[in-house]
Amino acid sequence: METTGRDNAHTKFDTRPIWRTFWVLLVITLVEITLATIHMKTEFPPKMVLNGIYLILTCAKAFYIIAEFMHLRHEIKNMIMTIAVPACLFIWFILAFMIDGASYNALRNRYDRHYADQSKVKVEQPAEKPNSPE
Amino acid sequence: MAHVVPAGQKWWSGGKSPFNVEYGKLMMWYFLMSDSFTFGAFLISYGTDRFASNSWPDPNEAFKAFPGFPHTSLPLVFVSLMTFILIMSSVTMVLAVAAGHSGDRKKVTLYMILTIIGGLAFLSCQAWEWTHLWHEGAWWGRNPFQNADHSQSTTNFTNFFFTITGFHGFHVFSGVIVNVIMLIKNLRGDFVRKGHYLMIEKAGLYWHFVDLVWVFVFTCFYLL
Repeated sequence: METTGRDNAHTKFDTRPIWRTFWVLLVITLVEITLATIHMKTEFPPKMVLNGIYLILTCAKAFYIIAEFMHLRHEIKNMIMTIAVPACLFIWFILAFMIDGASYNALRNRYDRHYADQSKVKVEQPAEKPNSPE
Repeated sequence: MAHVVPAGQKWWSGGKSPFNVEYGKLMMWYFLMSDSFTFGAFLISYGTDRFASNSWPDPNEAFKAFPGFPHTSLPLVFVSLMTFILIMSSVTMVLAVAAGHSGDRKKVTLYMILTIIGGLAFLSCQAWEWTHLWHEGAWWGRNPFQNADHSQSTTNFTNFFFTITGFHGFHVFSGVIVNVIMLIKNLRGDFVRKGHYLMIEKAGLYWHFVDLVWVFVFTCFYLL
């Protein structure tokens, strides 16, 4: 089928995996949007569950774009590793900072009464829009 | 799946690329890694700030406009269109690379033109979104939106939004420039002269990276 590096100029390149990947990406995006719309109307599924689903689906999309569109799946395994290992470490980095932020928030709410109360103050909806022509 | 290599092949003794890939292509991959760390750093700081806040504006309230439908609430519709445009342009880019492998110069031209149009369409959409938000009173340092629980919101909401989508839009813009240069080179027959379309492939990697970043930006700002 397809080979890396230079091909015979008259070899027909198989485009089916490309279109398959396109459909996968489209379907995943539509699922995300459908879930978002359902959540907007009915509050189901719960936001935390929904966010988890989004993250998994986004990683799935990323995987397909990198593996098929960028052709990484068909490279030499050690080269794939030089990309995949730092990426996994980076994901750890992302999770660690999210958790750190959440922990900071929880601790601050617990020990800073002013901060906790301040977020309960409601504001009026502004009537005018500053930059619009009206 | 991964490229099969003969056992016992000495890859690191010199004279050939250890990963059986052109130097420029490998370096493009590592440039993209570094750029993804930059984008990742921005998105992480956004996420940390958001998680550290008690409340945040609801994206379905802030981003609900669609061109041509004033005063209508259409959350997620416009950004879905933008996502579709960018993914489509990624597909046409892969098809351009595929046409390059087959040595089909005319198809490369066609697909590069389609990719450039997709990139310009995305930039136009983003420009419309920014203009609309500006008319709503949003800009760096100005946030007209309330938090979801109606408490006073921080200007970090708009600061992060404009900075990160702006940085991404800048990448799309430079990607369009690179694609135009690739198209011109192709029309001049540079790749026929060289005997390979590797440059298109490298430009393709950059373009897919831009699409990939958008997938994450879209998720972080509009979905989560």
